[in-house]
Amino acid sequence: MPLAATRANQALELFNVSKYFGDLEALKGVRFQVARGDSVLLFGPNGAGKTTLLRTLAALSHPSEGEVRYGGQDFYKDPQTAKAAIGFVSHVTFLYGELTARENLRFNGKLFGLHSLEEKIDRALELFAMQDRGNEPIRQLSRGLQQRASLARAFLHDPDFLLLDEPFTGLDARATDNLQSILCHLPEQGKAVVFSVHDFELGASMAHRLVALERGSVRYDGELKDAPLQTLGIKK
Amino acid sequence: MHSLNVVWAVFAKDLRVEWRSRETLAPMCVFGLLVVFLFNFAFETAHEETLRLLPGLLWIAFAFSGILGFNRSFAAERENGCMEGMALAPVDPSAIFVGKLMANLVFLGVTEAVIVFAAAIWYNFSFLPSLGWLALIVFFGTLGYAALGTIFGAIAANTRMREVMLPVMQFPVAFWILILAVDATSDALRNAASSEISQGLFRVAGISVIFAAVSFLLFEYVLEE
Repeated sequence: MPLAATRANQALELFNVSKYFGDLEALKGVRFQVARGDSVLLFGPNGAGKTTLLRTLAALSHPSEGEVRYGGQDFYKDPQTAKAAIGFVSHVTFLYGELTARENLRFNGKLFGLHSLEEKIDRALELFAMQDRGNEPIRQLSRGLQQRASLARAFLHDPDFLLLDEPFTGLDARATDNLQSILCHLPEQGKAVVFSVHDFELGASMAHRLVALERGSVRYDGELKDAPLQTLGIKK
Repeated sequence: MHSLNVVWAVFAKDLRVEWRSRETLAPMCVFGLLVVFLFNFAFETAHEETLRLLPGLLWIAFAFSGILGFNRSFAAERENGCMEGMALAPVDPSAIFVGKLMANLVFLGVTEAVIVFAAAIWYNFSFLPSLGWLALIVFFGTLGYAALGTIFGAIAANTRMREVMLPVMQFPVAFWILILAVDATSDALRNAASSEISQGLFRVAGISVIFAAVSFLLFEYVLEE
């Protein structure tokens, strides 16, 4: 099978995934699949399981039951291939405070084995308007700038799947518009984006698909335009 | 090839972070010096007694300074979730382990050199006749000890009482390296026969290589949640 066709078939999937933290069941038998070109808004109240779902998809959290799959195969059979296809933004920045944004990206680029690394770093910094602040230590940057550097880190290796947990945290209006515009265009480029936000209107402006979570269960998974928002308690 | 690049990237990153923060090496050296200094006042020793006490004293100073360093090494990784950031990358976890181990070896090696130098002055003791043997024994002992510190540091970083947990986990296992290293160092410092010293060295090297290999193999599971 040609490589392009193989890549087109690649999808990230949670198959009957449950996740327990002690007695707490954070995810309950979740089935979820995201393919390239998808734009998925994860929505739900605090504690619904959005972060756990994203962390499980990114293989930062092992499922207690069920399976994570990439391209139809168990994620953990060939984790390196799957990880190379994923960019993840979390509540924490994954950045070293003592290093500059550029040095952090360089370190991450080396972990991902990227070629033409300096060009890619320049592009990633430029994408999030960080080129002027790239040589300042992360510790000295504001929360918003740290978030932009964290986004640049996730986009650096041009991943096929972007998993973004509250990506707008700390961003000012201009940076929010910029990120919104970037996320809107990702599906056209054949990328998949799965993100969570607390502002439903903001999230709905970028996504085609809604996954509504409540207490670790998927209450709705389908086209955003068809979603029963009142029934789901999203709109009154 | 990629794994070697990862090893180097992790190692260089740790040195760079330390160069900027100076939070690891300085406390390690100061603590090591304090141990040597306090023992010097606690036991005013003649040359024969110094020979008896010095090997244990040196390894106590190395061991406690090391614990400080291993804790700091993973404090930087814990901040901002950097350890998880590395786990997101498509790399062999063993490469991360080796990079971290190399950095810990450098920090502990520098500290040990400072401690030995200070001990030579304060105890008026010349290490020169046994320096070659001593260097080999310290190298292999440090390798095993730092390997354990690297893996237990990573485990402790995920616990609540991490500063306490690291020595509680590390010392019962590292005990075997320390006992053999003190024994071998004692032989080296009293200029025992080469065959006797080399036997001690082989024992230290053997147990250290075993601990380093086991730590290398298990690090993958530590990096996981």
